[in-house]
Amino acid sequence: MWWRRGSAVTDVLVIGAGPAGLAAALAARQAGAGVVLLDASDQTGGQYWRHPPGDPGADEELRGSLTADPGCEIVTSAQVWAVGRREGAPPSVHVLVGPADGDGRSARVLNPRALVLATGAHERTLPFPGWDLPGVVTAGAAQAMAKGERVAVGRRVLIAGAGPFLLPVASSLLRLGVQVAGVVEAGGWARLARGWSQRPRELLSVRGKAAELAGYAWELARHSVPYRTGSAVVAAHGTDRVTAVTVARLDQDWKPQPGTERWVAVDAVCVSHGFVPRTELGLASGCAAGPDGALVVDEAQRTTVPGVYAAGEVTGIGGADLALAEGAVAGRCAAGAAATSAQLLQRAVHRRFAARLEAAHGIRPGWTAWVTDDTTVCRCEEVTAGELRGVLADTGTRGLRSLKLTSRAGLGACQGRMCGRSVEDLMRQAVPGGPLDPGRTEARPIAVPVRLGEISTEGIP
Amino acid sequence: MSAGPTDLRDAEVIVVGAGIVGAAVARALALAGARVMVLDRGASAGGTSAAGEGNLLVSDKGPGAELDLAVLSRRLWQKVAEELPAELGPRFPGLEFEAKGGLVVATTATGADTLLSFAAEQRAAGMDARPLATADAAALEPDLTPAREAAVFYPEDAQVQPVAATEALLASARRHGAQVRQGVTVLGGIRAGHVLRGVATSGGELRADHVIIAAGPWSADVAATFGVALPVRPRRGTILVTTRMPPRIRHKVYDADYVGAVGSGSAELQTSAVVESTAAGTVLIGSSREQRGFDERIEPAVLAELAAKAIRLFPFLAQAAVLRAYGGFRPFVPDHLPVIGPDPRLSGLWHATGHEGAGIGLSVGTADVLRDLMTGAEPAVAADPFAVDRAALRAYTEGTA
Amino acid sequence: MMGAPLTVTVDGEPVPGVAGQTIAGLLLARGRLAWRETGRTGRPRGLFCGIGVCFDCLVVVNGLRDVRACQRRAVDGDVVETGISGD
Repeated sequence: MWWRRGSAVTDVLVIGAGPAGLAAALAARQAGAGVVLLDASDQTGGQYWRHPPGDPGADEELRGSLTADPGCEIVTSAQVWAVGRREGAPPSVHVLVGPADGDGRSARVLNPRALVLATGAHERTLPFPGWDLPGVVTAGAAQAMAKGERVAVGRRVLIAGAGPFLLPVASSLLRLGVQVAGVVEAGGWARLARGWSQRPRELLSVRGKAAELAGYAWELARHSVPYRTGSAVVAAHGTDRVTAVTVARLDQDWKPQPGTERWVAVDAVCVSHGFVPRTELGLASGCAAGPDGALVVDEAQRTTVPGVYAAGEVTGIGGADLALAEGAVAGRCAAGAAATSAQLLQRAVHRRFAARLEAAHGIRPGWTAWVTDDTTVCRCEEVTAGELRGVLADTGTRGLRSLKLTSRAGLGACQGRMCGRSVEDLMRQAVPGGPLDPGRTEARPIAVPVRLGEISTEGIP
Repeated sequence: MSAGPTDLRDAEVIVVGAGIVGAAVARALALAGARVMVLDRGASAGGTSAAGEGNLLVSDKGPGAELDLAVLSRRLWQKVAEELPAELGPRFPGLEFEAKGGLVVATTATGADTLLSFAAEQRAAGMDARPLATADAAALEPDLTPAREAAVFYPEDAQVQPVAATEALLASARRHGAQVRQGVTVLGGIRAGHVLRGVATSGGELRADHVIIAAGPWSADVAATFGVALPVRPRRGTILVTTRMPPRIRHKVYDADYVGAVGSGSAELQTSAVVESTAAGTVLIGSSREQRGFDERIEPAVLAELAAKAIRLFPFLAQAAVLRAYGGFRPFVPDHLPVIGPDPRLSGLWHATGHEGAGIGLSVGTADVLRDLMTGAEPAVAADPFAVDRAALRAYTEGTA
Repeated sequence: MMGAPLTVTVDGEPVPGVAGQTIAGLLLARGRLAWRETGRTGRPRGLFCGIGVCFDCLVVVNGLRDVRACQRRAVDGDVVETGISGD
């Protein structure tokens, strides 16, 4: 991928080349803007369109038209590590281009007229005893390995958590010849049915989705893979790696019901309870986030910072189709045009679908009942739930910041991405009134670790 | 002008600010028998106390009032660092107190001259400041840049985990009867003439015999609600934190131009390398100074300068991965001395603020001095230089806010 | 298509792979689930999130610490050391 060293000002800079970003880049080009599209990976497609390098992926069509277009520069292996906020304008964007976590990557600063944040989401996996054993991975990890490298995480695998994402992961593993021991969904049957069957007319407009789900259901049935609702993995067992899990039934609020535990032998477990939008660049740019933690946008996908747009999962978890629709609106508006009625309709249709996801599969507070004092909550710093509860009791603080600095939860390499929301949930339970500084874990002015030499004034050409 | 001797036993005292200074004051007064309530509009240790490195320094201070307070405070810290864990038990988050010593390094010839004459002044005032030969500096810090012109070692510099220290002081204060209320904003004083009788807060009215403003850079705003002007303003600082690594930096190490930066009145960005390891294995890299109000933006340009200066001191850091950056607001006063003592404009109002970048280190000494001023005892260091109505501040404090 | 064969050295042992594999994928394909020990309790870790946000999968590549194995494509001749990142 070549890098044009030309103009210092870019018309539209899109960060993230998943569905939302690719759609935004295309729409911005179609509206006449010059576009630079960045992605941290060496492949476009984001997490959704994963394929081995060199393989045509499902994003091939979108990407192909952009690659062939001299008005659009695609830069992969481009890590945006910081933004420089500017009053009433999009921030300057600071990038390092080179192999992931490398040294001596080339540093560039971009000054866009309009910025589109399409940074997507990562999974949220709720902690449970044994979740830090090797072989316990997120559903996304299993998917990334299966689709991106044709490698299976295990031979006899259980998939658990919440949300329709569990199904395509099961499918990918089955196609690799893996024995899928089961798919375990925390949402109860009644809640799932309510979420999915409400206003059935709306589902007509997302017929493709229904067909897709039916396809997965058939695949599971064909391979005799049990699909259990209202259940969760409440413990993983093993010494150096996972060898079995305990699955229990949950009540409506996700509290495990005693006496319903079952033992399932596995050599890998893929767990995902939903997604967390990757908002750090938005927050560093000064964008407001909503109570769900996602970036707040208006009808034109504008954030609260002039010139900064956001599309896709970063504005709220809603799936790839909504991401494409939002990306198109964002790209067009970032280029200075108004969204077309077709674009607005697409987005409306897929928004309604997204709302069902939360209603059907959203995390319920009873999960903390399966966390014991010994359960690791912060993986990086190995802080247990008992230690967190102890620090809260001993200090009496109502601050997440204080809790972080005294317990070390969230101070490790992942900077609270894996544990932040869980720590907050646990604190909300333990402290009357909850934290006075909610949501602060998501603020990360340095978006990814970078080498000091790469960002030093003396390193910048 | 002073408030006169007071028996603090059962006196109702309100401390505004649950940062390190407020915490230290709360503990000292609770130990003296007062009924203390600490109020903070946010969470405990939620302000500047969470934004520093945890410096307990004597090395950056020339002979004068601040150095005297720093020496007292350093001595008290040694005691407090032992008392607190003994009192609070092994489960309480560790203070990570480390008397590691500080090494000040000059990388230019002019810097070397300034450093060595400064060290000579400090030695004349009784400080342990040891100029080192190149070989000795290398023994102390093998990975230090060879391009150094002079180095001085200060064995008395120390380190503490500032948030753990703040929470420990608060916890100890609670054990001696203090209350801490978080999420409560002070709206103003309740007066009877020129005497303070209590405070109005977002949670209702509270009676008080004494109110102490220990709100760091927000102290001016708090003071304004009491009708008095207090020239404390924010001075922004930024710190970088690396991933954990095998320990290669053994002391606090900083560039000799640090002293110039601290004492400067300039509003422009000034950076000066301060590098040290923590007990957790990360490396902290500072420091920057800038006057930009309460603007919380982290600027890549500032990070770039900090990175460059850190690498200049320790070339191996070029490969270190920096994980996070955070910033805070030091409470600075125009003459760079804290404000400690009674407010003559309003009887019952006291100040314990304006510590700029030295709040962690000076906290326990400040508490000691303030307690003595309140009880009419002779403080261990002369308190006049810290008075709110000192000559250098008169232009700011004359009249009401 | 996954590409040309390559060899990387992992803890001194030559390990074959193909171009396009990440270091994590290469290790996983060899049946390795863990390649790092945690700092506090020395427990084994390897792949967790697979997308570069959890920082559990860190390895040392060509002398450089703190490299996410799941984000780094294997290059012929890479020298990978496990078990010592994250200290």
